[in-house]
Amino acid sequence: MPDTHFYQYDAYDRALVAERVAQFRDQVRRRLAGELTEEQFKPLRLTNGLYLQLHAYMLRIAIPYGTLSTRQLRQLAAIARKYDRGYGHFTTRQNLQLNWIRLEDAPDALAMLAEVDMHAIQTSGNLIRNVTADHFAGAAIDEIEDPRIWCEIVRQWSTLHPEFSFLPRKFKIAITGSPNDRAAVRVHDVGLRLWRNEQGEVGFEVIVGGGLGRTPMIGKTIRDFLPKDELLAYLESVLRVYNRYGRRDNLYKSRIKILVHEIGVEKMREDVEAEYAATKDSALKLSPQTIEAIARQFAPPALRAKRTKVPEVEALKLENRAFALWLKSNVAPHRVPGHAIVTASLKPAGAPPGDASSAQMEGVADIADAWSQSEVRVSHEQNLVFPHVPIEALPEVYRALERLGFAEANIGKITDIIACPGLDYCALANARSIPVAQRISTHFAELSRQHDIGDLKIKISGCINACGHHHVGHIGILGVDKNGVELYQLSLGGDVDFGKTALGTILGPAVEADKVVEAVDALVATYLEARQAGERFVDTYRRIGAQPFKERVYGAV
Amino acid sequence: MALFRLHPEAAQEPALALANTDDVLALGSALAGVKLIVLNFPKFTDGRAYSQARLLRERLGYTGELRATGAVFLDQLPFLLRCGFDSFESEQKGFAEALAKARTLFSVVYQPTGDGRVTAGALRLQQRKAVAA
Repeated sequence: MPDTHFYQYDAYDRALVAERVAQFRDQVRRRLAGELTEEQFKPLRLTNGLYLQLHAYMLRIAIPYGTLSTRQLRQLAAIARKYDRGYGHFTTRQNLQLNWIRLEDAPDALAMLAEVDMHAIQTSGNLIRNVTADHFAGAAIDEIEDPRIWCEIVRQWSTLHPEFSFLPRKFKIAITGSPNDRAAVRVHDVGLRLWRNEQGEVGFEVIVGGGLGRTPMIGKTIRDFLPKDELLAYLESVLRVYNRYGRRDNLYKSRIKILVHEIGVEKMREDVEAEYAATKDSALKLSPQTIEAIARQFAPPALRAKRTKVPEVEALKLENRAFALWLKSNVAPHRVPGHAIVTASLKPAGAPPGDASSAQMEGVADIADAWSQSEVRVSHEQNLVFPHVPIEALPEVYRALERLGFAEANIGKITDIIACPGLDYCALANARSIPVAQRISTHFAELSRQHDIGDLKIKISGCINACGHHHVGHIGILGVDKNGVELYQLSLGGDVDFGKTALGTILGPAVEADKVVEAVDALVATYLEARQAGERFVDTYRRIGAQPFKERVYGAV
Repeated sequence: MALFRLHPEAAQEPALALANTDDVLALGSALAGVKLIVLNFPKFTDGRAYSQARLLRERLGYTGELRATGAVFLDQLPFLLRCGFDSFESEQKGFAEALAKARTLFSVVYQPTGDGRVTAGALRLQQRKAVAA
């Protein structure tokens, strides 16, 4: 097996996952034998990631902190081929969804996952969900500390937590270790941001009560600086307050953000700190040896500094405009000279965002084996990332990605759209999301135009639950149903960047499906005319306000 | 409702029945001498009594019988046991068999609770110390 640079299961982790598969197999057997009603079975299957969708069961597989070995990615491809239709969908929570699973097959699919130390535990249900992190973790130049160390610690603590498996509602935790937040920590139930204080110590800023959904809210800081070894004691305190006092009378008011909103951040802080005073210095306190043992597994690969200017790269840049654009948008700096972080775009023009076939997953694994330390990341923007690529390999990586259809030079651009599965798959949706994303990405396919438009995040949700994060899109698009007609509401000005996190504002009346592209076109045209040097779409919007955009769109539609 | 008790010999009086919205930390002297506390699960999915149980056991040092009543199903047993319940009212078929197996269903636990089980983290630490010694 190749060297790995992230946490590897030991016998304990493996035993637990195997026992969970056995337990679930028995639950499925009882359901099929009629010993459990669907009502009884539903919460059981959900806590193991199995949803009943419009057409079939959907299995949501956890990819903790978005990190995969190539061995794991190949197994995901094999599972999709064997139990699904040969493709999967990478989600905004760094999970993989298989949309066509048969209930009878689910235990076997889970057993195949367990073979590569993976599972679907807690990818749904009202409990602590898969913990997400910066997809550039361990490679980013601005990182203070690898957040995945802490994600793994939280993963273990939250797995089958006996007290917190029946919370008022789902609970999502995200951790970032960089000042440039790529994990959207202010829009999670709990966001944790590692930072270094004046004494040079690293600890957590604890942010509580953020979230999107039907009542979007920006999280509030309840503790500026938490010593790292008390992370679990503090989280247990937050969760206990939530479990005891979070609302359970109304599904739509049960997230922790509503509790924080209703009792106020001061009272929340007081309650959590009182609980923490009784919980700290307990068995939950992490020993230096425990932290060290997990941290060691995340030790970065021993990369040697290499040339940063490579003649082949420079030559191809001049010769191939698409490659030059790709270098700009899809290649990010790495902390080791001569290396780069490469993002493979799962948003080729006209394709459903985040989908990958089994063959494409295997192709990605081949690239990572050859040029990225056999490691792949899943980003919350539904792309795949090669964290450790030598600059001299970029032309080959680019060509290999081109063959897979994942070389689109559009990361951060108008066609790098986040979309939920929408009415094509989801039982909750009011409207389709994927076809809207496809139409926009087809319309704006031309790369030099995309690069001229610059950074512009479009996020699309098919219903108010906001799985497509439309509230924090520079342009947010929300599908609504009006008397059986799918309409789309536009909002502008959302942002997830740390320090700038903002929720978008609705622009005006919803537009019909076939007018969405025209409307987006009008928004872009307004920006292009009004922008000043260096301004992104969202900066121009903030400067000039909604009115010019509004006039253009509703004049045009 | 059938009753399942891990300590059939234990006294059941005086008893205290609580709603899952009651603040156990405010019980104070009401807890003195109590031999049985009954906690309620109005719904399978309403998990407030798990927190009540842990606070009673771990914070307040309650050692009497702790009973789960209401919507109590065998699939909750691993969680209930870990939170300190030792008595269960359930009408589900197969509950007694499930109870006999529930403690060994998962050989590994990650969270320290008051149930005395040694966590994976603590076992790893012991192993590392043994290797170092």
